[in-house]
Amino acid sequence: MSAVAAPAAGKRQLAGLATLLKLALRRDRIMLPVWVLVLGVTMSSGAGTVDELYGTAAERAKVAASMTGSGSLRALYGSVFDTSVGGLVAWRLGGFVALMAGAMSLIIVVRHTREEEETGRQEMLSAGTLGRRAPLAAALLTALIANTALALVTFAGLASSTQDATGSLALGLGIGATGMFFAGVAAVTAQLSESARLAKGLAVAVLGTSFVLRAAGDAATTDSSSVLNWLSPLGWTANIRPYADERALPLILLLAGAALLAWAAQILAARRDVGMSFLPARPGPATGRLTSAYALALRLQRGTVAAWAAGFLACGLLFGGMTGGVTDLVGGNAKTAEIFQRMGGNKALDEAFLAAMVGMLGMVAALYAVGSVLRLHAEETSGRAEPVLAGAVGRLRWAAGHLVIAFGGSVLVLLCGGLGLALGYGKSFGPVLGACLVQVPAVWTLAGLAVLLHGVVPSLTQAAWGLTGLCLAVGWIGPVIGAPDALLRISPFGHLPKVPGAEMAWTPVLALTAVAAALVGAGLAGLRRRDVG
Amino acid sequence: MTNALSVAGLHKSFGRTHALDGLDLDVRSGEVHGFLGPNGSGKSTTIRVLLGLLRADSGAVQLLGGDPWRDAVALHRRIAYVPGDVTLWRNLSGGEVIDLYGKLRGGLDPARRAELIERFELDPTKKGRTYSKGNRQKVALVAAFAARDVDLLILDEPTSGLDPLMESVFQRCVEEARDAGRTVLLSSHILSEVETLCDRVSIIRQGRTVETGSLADLRHLTRTSISAELASAPNGVATLPGVHDVDVQGNRVRLQVDTDKLDAVLSALTSSGVRSLTSTPPTLEELFLRHYSDETGEEALVR
Repeated sequence: MSAVAAPAAGKRQLAGLATLLKLALRRDRIMLPVWVLVLGVTMSSGAGTVDELYGTAAERAKVAASMTGSGSLRALYGSVFDTSVGGLVAWRLGGFVALMAGAMSLIIVVRHTREEEETGRQEMLSAGTLGRRAPLAAALLTALIANTALALVTFAGLASSTQDATGSLALGLGIGATGMFFAGVAAVTAQLSESARLAKGLAVAVLGTSFVLRAAGDAATTDSSSVLNWLSPLGWTANIRPYADERALPLILLLAGAALLAWAAQILAARRDVGMSFLPARPGPATGRLTSAYALALRLQRGTVAAWAAGFLACGLLFGGMTGGVTDLVGGNAKTAEIFQRMGGNKALDEAFLAAMVGMLGMVAALYAVGSVLRLHAEETSGRAEPVLAGAVGRLRWAAGHLVIAFGGSVLVLLCGGLGLALGYGKSFGPVLGACLVQVPAVWTLAGLAVLLHGVVPSLTQAAWGLTGLCLAVGWIGPVIGAPDALLRISPFGHLPKVPGAEMAWTPVLALTAVAAALVGAGLAGLRRRDVG
Repeated sequence: MTNALSVAGLHKSFGRTHALDGLDLDVRSGEVHGFLGPNGSGKSTTIRVLLGLLRADSGAVQLLGGDPWRDAVALHRRIAYVPGDVTLWRNLSGGEVIDLYGKLRGGLDPARRAELIERFELDPTKKGRTYSKGNRQKVALVAAFAARDVDLLILDEPTSGLDPLMESVFQRCVEEARDAGRTVLLSSHILSEVETLCDRVSIIRQGRTVETGSLADLRHLTRTSISAELASAPNGVATLPGVHDVDVQGNRVRLQVDTDKLDAVLSALTSSGVRSLTSTPPTLEELFLRHYSDETGEEALVR
């Protein structure tokens, strides 16, 4: 027996929690307030917009009836449970903000757990007086603080403008609880994979599946009561029904789920070694066949491209299958028709819906393209680019390897989406695929912006995400809240013809292609001139 | 003798930081050149200018007869580089990365590659994320030493994380490279390694070259320690020029003398009758400390 008394097992497992929490909040001092404020203000300004657009109860009832009359529209936005101002805000923005709260939470949790281990920083911290459960607990607490703040901003912003404290509280709690549920999901995926990228990817896949289940459930029922809704955490969020008959059960499900996931993650974390995972690394080949910078870039990105292509195909199939239902839409409501035409831009509703879906796929494809371009930045800052560039590889060739995959891959991903849409719809293959290709110049323009930032002001490369997010938000929410055309046109997507259906306009397509080419050219010229590393 | 690389008056600033402040460096073809300096003195910055990753603000840089910025790609076919901190792609195996690095230069000699993997005891099937620091270094070292048609090896603290056994394998590899007529620029903090391998060294501080030459040349500038047992009490040694730290105990004397004043001291000792004598040349450590430490370094020079 040792002369030194060993500390009892289970004791002091949370030692150092306060220090770690302070470290996390210090590191995220910009990121967290930005997330919370942007989402919170989006949410709480919604009441004013709805009030402006649909001032009377009759107008609101009309828009609610027309927007939820068709399964396809319910799939996108969910069901309306109440036609008060608050009810419409919860319907239109609640689901979106809850989805984003989930994204925020999974980023926070992976950032402070697996990413720390992957970079080796955790080792240094764990060598101090740090309990085994403290790192994960600190990450979850950070997410809890962010989600609580978001819930409070939402509640405070809407309670006064809607005059409905209960409804606003339910909405705020629902959004915060959804965030915490996905914090729990990320806490588990962070234990499963050794790679932070994969941990995030797995959590995003759960988030995406929840969205698709919720969408399918809402397409099938008018009151989100389908089994599919109850299988999806985002379906629970909607079923809290703020401003209508607020229900406690879905909220309890979300919170209990979050707690259960966090508990499971803590058990997994306590059973594994620091830096290790439950998905062990397999040995690779002893000799390699990578012969160029192109081959390397393709090898590094092929998994990502394949995952995006498969995801787009699946989403396309789902949206395409819903398209037929659009004809059920109550056509008499001028305002709804207008909103829809601003998104999809056509009189024929099937085509308008297809055009809206194509536009959405285009905007999401921009996320792929920008992420793929930013691999350049990751390669450079991690030091992995240095030995490659110390070989007989010019900077342009090194960059081109990744850019071919970013720009070519976005065409591939969009074509997969278009193929899915056409297959699901069962006709119009040519026009739908063509419409997807029309999105390409806008995707390339945003990707080109990322190339420009990386080449000319590398310290601001990450701002590419902000600009892309702004364009997405404008394109997604802008038409519904009645934003002026001038605002919609800050996004390259705002310039594209609303095909299929609308007249094809070559001028914006060619102009955007030229803009994208100019951005890439300027970015590469900057890359040639600047210091690397 | 031609120079494999020559740098004159190199300046490089990052914002307000002057990383390189008029650095000079000449490496002759076929030599192993030690590149020494304290942390943050600009060694890695210099190397990255030589690799064309950074653009010099001013100064003349010539590398294997070309300009490292303008002719980067052509020059890199003839250069093998090992960074001090090797980062690998987590999902590529060590063997894949070795072959990739080789392909990006002039190619690898497969027999040499296999032999080096054996000598460095590297498992090439492991994925990047599972290697320890030392093993990541080995991946880059194998790729560099197995490179075909390479004229210049640029090694930036290449042995950090290697165990002593691997350190000696590394030293033999450098000797083999020199025997094959290659030039080696070796930045290192392991002074025994530099002492064993390098024909000439350059010591830099705060972005400037403070000393350059063969180890013998550098030693000449510093002091030799002498410890002697004499037949009678020492006679006037303490007053000779260049003698320091004299300690006389009866017939024993210990002192330090500027190496270029050694002659007079030995004559004075001999006149008292020498029974035994040990003379220790300055170690590289002493050379180093003299140049590295800011205040004490200045003092030592003026004293």
